[in-house]
Amino acid sequence: MTSDKVDRSASRDAPAEIEFRGVSLHRGETPVLRGFDLTVDRGETVALVGRSGAGKSTVLKLINRLLVPDEGRVLVTGKATTDWDPFELRRRLGYVLQEVGLFPHMSVAQNVAIVPRLLGWSEPDVVRRTRELLELVGLPAAEFGPRSPAQLSGGQRQRVGVARALAADPPVLLMDEPFGALDPVTRSELHHEFRRIQDQVRKTIVIVTHDMAEAFALATRIGVVAGGRLVALDVPRAIARSRDDRVRPLLAPLLEAGAAVRDSG
Amino acid sequence: MSVLEFWRTHSAELAGLLWQHLVLVAISTGAAIVAGIPIGVLAARHPRAGAPLVWVVNIAQTIPSLAMFGFLLPLPFIGGLGGRVAVTVLTLYALLPIIRTTLAGMRSIDPALIEAATSLGMTPGQRLARVELPLALPSIVAGIRVASVIGVGTATIAAAVGAGGLGEYIFRGLSMLEPTVVLAGAIPAALLALTFDGGLTLLERFMRAALAKGRIRSVLRYVGAAGVAAAAAIGVTFALTRSDPATIRVGSKNFTEQIVLGELVARLIETKTSLKVDRRLNLGGTFICDRAVRSGDIDLYVEYSGTAHSAIFHEAPSTDPRQVFETIRQRYASAGVTLFEPLGFENTFAILVRGEDARRLNLATIADASPHSPGWQAGFGYEFLQRADGYPGLAKAYGLTFKGPPRAMDLSLIYRALAQKQVDLIAGDATSGLIEGYDLFMLEDNLRYFPPYDAAIVARSATLLAHPELRGVLQLLSGRISATDMRRMNHAVDVERQDPAAVASAFLTRSGLR
Repeated sequence: MTSDKVDRSASRDAPAEIEFRGVSLHRGETPVLRGFDLTVDRGETVALVGRSGAGKSTVLKLINRLLVPDEGRVLVTGKATTDWDPFELRRRLGYVLQEVGLFPHMSVAQNVAIVPRLLGWSEPDVVRRTRELLELVGLPAAEFGPRSPAQLSGGQRQRVGVARALAADPPVLLMDEPFGALDPVTRSELHHEFRRIQDQVRKTIVIVTHDMAEAFALATRIGVVAGGRLVALDVPRAIARSRDDRVRPLLAPLLEAGAAVRDSG
Repeated sequence: MSVLEFWRTHSAELAGLLWQHLVLVAISTGAAIVAGIPIGVLAARHPRAGAPLVWVVNIAQTIPSLAMFGFLLPLPFIGGLGGRVAVTVLTLYALLPIIRTTLAGMRSIDPALIEAATSLGMTPGQRLARVELPLALPSIVAGIRVASVIGVGTATIAAAVGAGGLGEYIFRGLSMLEPTVVLAGAIPAALLALTFDGGLTLLERFMRAALAKGRIRSVLRYVGAAGVAAAAAIGVTFALTRSDPATIRVGSKNFTEQIVLGELVARLIETKTSLKVDRRLNLGGTFICDRAVRSGDIDLYVEYSGTAHSAIFHEAPSTDPRQVFETIRQRYASAGVTLFEPLGFENTFAILVRGEDARRLNLATIADASPHSPGWQAGFGYEFLQRADGYPGLAKAYGLTFKGPPRAMDLSLIYRALAQKQVDLIAGDATSGLIEGYDLFMLEDNLRYFPPYDAAIVARSATLLAHPELRGVLQLLSGRISATDMRRMNHAVDVERQDPAAVASAFLTRSGLR
């Protein structure tokens, strides 16, 4: 199952953007991750797919040091997360949450401006960047900037979440079920937007989803998480042909729907 | 006299008391906000460290306010009469609601928002300032509202320790048995509480609305500015109203005779010297007055020899007036307090029954009453019930027994309770004007059980040294007030509803002392 891409990344001189080396994590006595290995290269979009409770979100929390491993190491640009200043680390990692997590007491523009302000940008720079980002996610700043998050639709909120994560131009974007709560039409619209934005910004992206269709729509490589391990990691085309018992059930809904699997590799 | 009329004739005093009340509540609520919010935040962040703090504050809340004043009065820095101890007590009471609502506000925040804040790279301090506090704010304002309403109520009790405020009228009214005066203080206090409640409810609603619209920051800016302005205003008035060193502070206990005597001494000093007088009348009892004169919170007040002998210096009971007087003179002197010659009247405990009972049963002495007492209900003041020279000794000396355990009652209500037949025998003051007012009969202490209670001025020796003219002026009163004089003055206040200050002033004129 090892593809040519993985081989190439392993042989590069520069450290990988994100690397898990034999990471284990327990919640109490229960193991959440066991001997987890993963390498994500610069500019890649890796989708981690698995059932609920498979440990996918934990992987993201380990990257931005909301959690630290019990065993093994998580490296971000070659440096263990435990060696990073946690606040500096998190400001380099844009994070889009499942529930969006927009702050209800701030306007849309203020939400987007949070990280630039934390980093002490000058006010004109903050304003310019906020306007730029809202335009990028398709929300005209003059109209949407002063609104409260409560006045937005679910899809609009999710766009603001993406703009907020991109605000300080972080090299990495972590997305936890970002489109999970949306209706299918809005979701497919946002998938389209996502690809457009990724074409413009070229970030390293790790996206967690339980929906294999979403993974096929967005990712350059797909990882399958089951029982706390990474059981498959490959380009979508290879994943689609997988004979692995732990991968097949995730593909079943797609095949049943007769959906044509798009080759996005 | 109607309440409106009272307010009209006392408008300047009312404004002063209202302002004092407001300042007490504002300072204590402010202090509780400054201390309570961090404690609430700490308790929310570190439940293990916070829980015991909340627990301690919970217990403090259950202590009755008067008891709390009693505990704190002797302490350095925060203790002492007047504003400081009152602010301390009010702050302790205001803490709990603020801590609780801060905690509840912090806990009600959606954990996803906390995770979002952390993931965006906020430090714990940034998260607190930018996310948690703004979101918890409406809840905290609700706590401040509750705290200020409790404060307005509790501050009325602060008058008992000389902190002033609207409680002055309430206590004064209670001791004069004058409902109008009680209402004159109680009504503005209630209105003040309603104003705080209403105003802060509006602020809370406004904040919740602003929060929902993402405009909480601009609201915070206004509230912050208003807070700073209020603090500055209070600070300036405090600085301007600091008491002048050439002021003599005259105290009194909280019953009519004491208030009249306090006024009398105060007016005499004002007429005969150029000193200013600060009246700290209506202080809550012997213990508080004694503490106050020793610590310098007041300069002088009128004490009774027997009370000083037993309740203050804990000497074994004695019935020799001269010996009692000499003993306490020496004890006072070693505490830096000068005891003046007696004023001329004695205010002993009076065992009282209804006049009709005395005539019907042909009673003259306490001994005459003891055969009848097993069918009677007795009512005594709190102090009398406790003191060695009070009820326990009296019952033993005369073999008195009653139908049930004696009822503990406030001194201001006890005469009326006897007149209205709620009780059949009470211990009151021999000089009370209500004895005639209610047609009560004083049984003679034929066994001379009660020690002598000669009234005399006690004053700080240091004050007398600093103002030599004072001693001569105070000596003018020695032997000048007879029991009849005193009873007449008490009657004028308690029964004829005259103003204590006017009664005192009339006496001075009549006696040629002014």
